[in-house]
Amino acid sequence: MGIKQNNKLVDKNFNSTDMSIMPKIKFLEKKCIINADNVDYKTLNYAIRSILKEIDNSQNSDFPSKINKIELDNVLGQRYIGDGIQTRISISIKGTPGNDLAAFMDGPEIEIFGNVQDGTGNTMNSGKIIVHGSAGDILGYSMRGGEIYVKENVGYRSGIHMKSYLEKFPVIVVGGKAGHFLGEYMAGGIIIILGLCNSINPIKSFYLFDDDEVVGNYVGTGMHGGKIFVRGEISNHKLGKEIVKSEINEEDEIIIQKYLDNYYKYFGISNKEDIRLKDFTKLSPFSRRPYGKLYAY
Amino acid sequence: MALKLNQSEFEIVRDKGKCISCQVCVRQCSNDVHEYDEDDGTVLSDNSKCVGCHRCETLCPTGSIKIKRRESEFKSNANWTAEHLKNIYKQAETGGVVLTSMGCDKPYPVYWDHILFNASQVTNPSIDPLREPMEIKTFIGRKPDRLELKPVRESGSNIIRFKNNLEPQLELSVPVLFSAMSYGSISLNAVKSLAKAASEFGTFYNTGEGGLHKDLRGYGNNTIVQVASGRFGVDKDYLNSGAAVEIKIGQGAKPGIGGHLPGEKVNYDVSTTRMIPEGSDAISPAPHHDIYSIEDLSQLIYALKEATEYKKPVGVKISAVHNVAPIASGIVRAGADFISIDGFRGGTGAAPQVIRDNVGIPIELALAAVDIRLREEGIRHKVSLIVAGSIRSSADVIKAIALGADAVYIGTAALVALGCHLCQKCYTSKCNWGIATQDPYLTKRLNPEIGTRKLINLLTAWSHEIKEMLGGAGINAIESLRGNREHLRGVGLNEKELSILGIKHAGEAW
Ligand code: SF4
Ligand code: SF4
Repeated sequence: MGIKQNNKLVDKNFNSTDMSIMPKIKFLEKKCIINADNVDYKTLNYAIRSILKEIDNSQNSDFPSKINKIELDNVLGQRYIGDGIQTRISISIKGTPGNDLAAFMDGPEIEIFGNVQDGTGNTMNSGKIIVHGSAGDILGYSMRGGEIYVKENVGYRSGIHMKSYLEKFPVIVVGGKAGHFLGEYMAGGIIIILGLCNSINPIKSFYLFDDDEVVGNYVGTGMHGGKIFVRGEISNHKLGKEIVKSEINEEDEIIIQKYLDNYYKYFGISNKEDIRLKDFTKLSPFSRRPYGKLYAY
Repeated sequence: MALKLNQSEFEIVRDKGKCISCQVCVRQCSNDVHEYDEDDGTVLSDNSKCVGCHRCETLCPTGSIKIKRRESEFKSNANWTAEHLKNIYKQAETGGVVLTSMGCDKPYPVYWDHILFNASQVTNPSIDPLREPMEIKTFIGRKPDRLELKPVRESGSNIIRFKNNLEPQLELSVPVLFSAMSYGSISLNAVKSLAKAASEFGTFYNTGEGGLHKDLRGYGNNTIVQVASGRFGVDKDYLNSGAAVEIKIGQGAKPGIGGHLPGEKVNYDVSTTRMIPEGSDAISPAPHHDIYSIEDLSQLIYALKEATEYKKPVGVKISAVHNVAPIASGIVRAGADFISIDGFRGGTGAAPQVIRDNVGIPIELALAAVDIRLREEGIRHKVSLIVAGSIRSSADVIKAIALGADAVYIGTAALVALGCHLCQKCYTSKCNWGIATQDPYLTKRLNPEIGTRKLINLLTAWSHEIKEMLGGAGINAIESLRGNREHLRGVGLNEKELSILGIKHAGEAW
């Protein structure tokens, strides 16, 4: 295995010069490990796609068909990891992946042992992303399905234009705080901001704003579907004008509890903070037609 | 209310002698203009509701209806036109933005009509396209910096091939594509007509930002799929099912303005195609909130290239605005394979009238500026230019190509071929011609088979005309005309206009 498998992939399609440095790929019984050290994003993603194609076609080849996990080591800023992948596989990333991680992704589960940058889960269709750290801006832009869990904080413009459709229902769970413009134009799905950051990992002076609340300004401007649950108080001036603030009901409590449990489970947190579900505030839109009265006849 | 405005724009003149009270007009008009009076057996008409779409006039079996413009209800005033007054009355009443449809109809200069094309005499003989081969095929996509060829032996013969792989290209049998018109803004029968005609003729149609209806998946090889800020209907399968991807930044009729399909138009079928709940507004915010710079644009371009494994050209559509040339340069450097530029006269399903009529610049000037800029920077070959924004005839096509375009998009012209009478009321969703509507009673008026034939006829006719004009100028391949401004001359243009267009005035020799 090892190098030989590696060569097999190389021989198949690689002929472009900018793919000269192939990553080292190690095949174990159930998973394969790619060393992303010094490998550019095109090559890395090409290698991942090639392995997935082998897995998808593995019935009639000598490829180890039991592989259900890809481990990426030494990731340093490579963009587009998991972009457009539809194979149901789990990918674990050690290091810091670059922008647009899991863009257009449709199926895989990606776990990142580190922080993620901007555009994670851009227009994602299904699958799961678990970030053992913080996320940059525009997390889950236009996301239609799947779940994203971020252990710590998220940057600006998270969950903009998230939408749900039939069985597709996107969910973002953030352990810490969220920056400005959270959930603008949101059209479906849910965002939960737990505001746990102070006890899990004290990040007191979150750089995006300096009050004690857990979300920034302009929450949900243009929102016309879905729900945002935020633990604690939110000043009214932070809310977009299309939003109503209300107390959570029993149905909401069940939802929040479910994702809270997932959060603790995925991040292996045992010293759970004493969270009272009643402390959550619900934000939802006035109408599915925020701009209905904008036009003359 | 002082003035509930019902001054009508049109007058229905019915020849009572010819009218047989068959009530075709009553059934055909979705605006409820005509009404049958059972008591005295005649058809009455309410002028105030008529939008001037000429449907009833066209279908009246005895030719008894004539739709006439009604002039001068207001005291004539070159400054305070009737349109200004009417809009103010409307707004005073509702407090709303005035909507309109199709392209800007104001008398700004149409530069196409001030540009003349060349022909050969004596020194460079013209070519007869009926006798000689004439190439109007073209390719959209990034071209290599230099050509490197190698001889290879394939199935027993020696042939020449490119040394390196070419970037993905779209092959067009004619330099005309159907521009982005979403299912939702136009009917499925209209989209089907465009898709079928494109695939039969060997060109492309564009989904707009409305997603791809399941009935259209079969036309994937002739589909350009659009990715707009709302990302409606965009998933991996959608990206894969087209031949190219176009990122929509702007549209000529409403530069800088987002799209907004009102909830009442989002029926079951539209909702499944856009992948949003039924009855919900489909809001495309003005910017993509993941694109605030050329670097961000580049990121989305490459995210799309990664998702489609570098097998499809990825382009960017922008509206023609003042800074269009440097923006286009940035887009090339961001990695786009083609740029679509939409001039301010480009059509729309719905736009605020004030934006449509006052924002953006003419496509002729934008195209000339972009082509010159990219040439000066030595990057023109890295991108194909597709221009749009009121291409009305094959003459406009040939002038656009000589000004530097690789191909043109037609939207309004294609809809006119399908029967559109430019009543500019698409936003009401009551199109009597079955185009800009989702009402099944109206959409069945447009038969996609007949629509396909009409579009193919239009492309066939334009192809002949393009070949004639090319041949007349002594050119036998459309690609030799691209950016060949010596074949153009201006009439009635000032120095500045000529210099921006990069052409000489009529009367000046080579
Ligand atoms: S709106 Fe059209 S169909 Fe109706 S009366 Fe006017 S021209 Fe005739
Ligand atoms: S598409 Fe229909 S509604 Fe729109 S301008 Fe043409 S005829 Fe009028």
